[in-house]
Amino acid sequence: MATLLRMPEVAANATHATLAAWSKKEGEPIAVGDCLAEVETDKAIVEISADSAAVMGQWLVQAGQEVEVGAPIAVLLAAGEAAADVQALLQAAGAVAAAPAAGAAPAVSGTPAPAAVAAPAVAPAGGGRLRASPLARRLAAQRGVDLSRLQGSGPGGRIVRIDVERAQAVAPAPAPVAAAPATAPAGSGASAFTEVPHSSMRRTIARRLAESKSTIPHFYLTVECRMERLLALRAEINAAASRKISVNDFIVRAVAVALREVPQANVGWTETAMRQYAQADVAVAVSTDTGLITPIVRAADRKTLSQISAEIADLAARARAGQLRPEEYQGGSFSVSNLGMHGVGAFSAIINPPQAAILAVGASQHKPVVENGELQVGTVMACTLSVDHRAIDGALAAQWLAAFQRAIEAPLSMLI
Amino acid sequence: MSEHTFDLLVIGGGPGGYVAAIRAAQLGMKTALVEKAQLGGVCLNWGCIPTKALLRSADVLRLVRGAAAFGVKAQPPEADLPAMVARSRAVAAQLNKGVTGLLKKNGVQVFTGHARLQGGGTVAVTGEGGATQVLRAAHIVLATGARARQLPQLPADGQSVWTYREALTPLAVPKRLLIVGAGAIGIEFASFYRAVGADVTVVEMAPRVLPLEDEEVSAQVAASLKKDGIHVHTQVALEQAQRVQGAWQLTLRPQGSGSALQVQADVVLVAAGIVGNVEDLGLEKTRVQVEKTHIVTDAQCRTAEPGVYAIGDVAGPPWLAHKASHEGVLCVEHIAGLHPHALDPRRVPACTYSHPQVASVGWTEAQARAAGRAVKVGKFPFSANGKAIAMGETKGFAKVVFDAASGELLGAHMVGEEVTEMIQGFAIAQSLETTEAELMATIVPHPTVSESMHEAVLAAYGRALHI
Repeated sequence: MATLLRMPEVAANATHATLAAWSKKEGEPIAVGDCLAEVETDKAIVEISADSAAVMGQWLVQAGQEVEVGAPIAVLLAAGEAAADVQALLQAAGAVAAAPAAGAAPAVSGTPAPAAVAAPAVAPAGGGRLRASPLARRLAAQRGVDLSRLQGSGPGGRIVRIDVERAQAVAPAPAPVAAAPATAPAGSGASAFTEVPHSSMRRTIARRLAESKSTIPHFYLTVECRMERLLALRAEINAAASRKISVNDFIVRAVAVALREVPQANVGWTETAMRQYAQADVAVAVSTDTGLITPIVRAADRKTLSQISAEIADLAARARAGQLRPEEYQGGSFSVSNLGMHGVGAFSAIINPPQAAILAVGASQHKPVVENGELQVGTVMACTLSVDHRAIDGALAAQWLAAFQRAIEAPLSMLI
Repeated sequence: MSEHTFDLLVIGGGPGGYVAAIRAAQLGMKTALVEKAQLGGVCLNWGCIPTKALLRSADVLRLVRGAAAFGVKAQPPEADLPAMVARSRAVAAQLNKGVTGLLKKNGVQVFTGHARLQGGGTVAVTGEGGATQVLRAAHIVLATGARARQLPQLPADGQSVWTYREALTPLAVPKRLLIVGAGAIGIEFASFYRAVGADVTVVEMAPRVLPLEDEEVSAQVAASLKKDGIHVHTQVALEQAQRVQGAWQLTLRPQGSGSALQVQADVVLVAAGIVGNVEDLGLEKTRVQVEKTHIVTDAQCRTAEPGVYAIGDVAGPPWLAHKASHEGVLCVEHIAGLHPHALDPRRVPACTYSHPQVASVGWTEAQARAAGRAVKVGKFPFSANGKAIAMGETKGFAKVVFDAASGELLGAHMVGEEVTEMIQGFAIAQSLETTEAELMATIVPHPTVSESMHEAVLAAYGRALHI
């Protein structure tokens, strides 16, 4: 029997994903486990693999199109089956959408099984409480519909069943992906420009950072760390070790040590409660060709420098290849952003909520320093801590920054 | 002239029409209502309300008859039919006055007479004396209701062939009463007339009594009726009706094979459906479409004629007062630019006030399965409910049908004491779109018959506590 292949929810709470590339041509046979297509979400590229043997019947979307999660993307045929009546199948899918138990589950692995009973907490649309009926919440969870994007038709804008069903019935309009050269209107005096549609990753970055910077009361503290001892220790270690430890690895370790020493700074702000993290999960910003991503070194306070170093290298490599799994970049209790390698002396970063702080690390630079009343040339690294004032007050932030500075300037302590 | 120009004009003062008029007035529209008979319509004057008054009398009779079982010594009671009817009429009269007051309070101008559409937003109202007034309105709502369907072999004469109207004002209890139709109206009158001593026979073309209800409900009601001594013949067609020696002799033909059945009756009550009141309304001067005696409307109660709407019985089934009222409100709200949801037939409760009572909302188990839903079904008998046992009313049950995948409450079906008062609990659950989880988590007062509703929900998920 012909079935519809649907866009899986490859990342939690993702409402859309881009079909990056088809791996099977129309008419090509499919074995269990074969890769059918590559899907790009906000942060990663994920393969859709086949649950059962079939034949790729017809693509319903082209590579590069952005598609709503749950929307049909291809028709799969049983072996030996002739072309299916796609229109009839899509109409039937409309009916099936109302009765998901009727056996039209997408033949896709990598789709998280919907929670049987508990509906996930839903992010409010405009900061306020999201009004949705229990049934609407459950259906949305089962069908991968993002409630925060829906307009409720019930009393007071409450989202009800019919709104979720309508959202699913509206097929996502294929978004043009190719750069469309646009010409400025003649006589307007403006220059010509081209517009490249946003990738989903770009849109997520834009949304999250705009939200962070406009809603979180940031404040900033800067210290300059002397780097001589750390650089010497690093040279000594790297002379002996097979793999090189970077300055950034030391910094991540120092952040973890400081979080362990001042756990009150290892917190996150939520509307109802202060979230105290049990371990130091340090997110490290990695820039890729398509944008920024922050893979996480879990429990960095319990890992050795070489473990941290190996882990960051692996995460960064896979981040640049777009192969991170969602759990590898979601969460984290504190972030580090290092632009030192690009020659930036000092900068301040935007907090990644619900985290409450991010450390912006500049380059190690030769600078005039005064030591024992004498002017000398020292190696100095400027670090700026951005802090969410709702969660962490100034004195506490200063206390944490001092602990970080101590670790950097007495680097042997980090090896213990 | 201007005093006869309105924003909204309602034709028909039943539970659809007068509610629509009040809602329109609330929304600031200059509103008028035309009624040719009594405000409150059939429901209040010749239907819902007066039958409930009669059935209350039957309940009292039944309770006193069974008093000994409750340790109460009482003389065998006697039915005083004229007094029962007088009470029933008094109740209707009181409520009729109430509607008049409500319309006045809300500033709705009431015209008495027969309204006919003239086209172009104009309505001619002919009063009792034959004088005609012309009214104009931007929006005209037809709420003319419906009346009993007549059978060609049995034309109602008010003597030996009744419709519900005559059945509400009997001069005496017929010795042998035959009721054609086992829907809500037929079953309620069967219950009443049996209680006051008639020998009652019910005949029905469908395979079961209350054919719109869940099959298990029909079975329970049929068993109770038979236990009370009511003769029930289902799946029979009325073949012939003859007057023999001052009485009716009806020939019934069972569907499929089987020999014909002869039934004698002194009075025949025809309760075999209703027809819409679409005649002599001037519809021919408009584009309003009529199909099988009902006006064709869309989800917003609009007819094919711009500015003309239809609600309630005249706009089609289910023929229920609360459906008419709901349509009245949503029609007017649409006109006012609000955006109410369309009426969902699965959220219209239905009640039958027989003994035992029947109440339901949503799909039956069979309907849900036919719609292709995987279902979870739970049932709880009143014989396992403490309050029902204490009241001596253990006949009945609550049954619920859930969508297995989403936990949506697709339907609820109940038989037994006071279930007509309880069904709104499930109706609210549907309206709020709760799933089984919220229903299970609800604290239900003990001891109540309504605990059976909670237990039925638990039973659907294998979690019933008291069975």
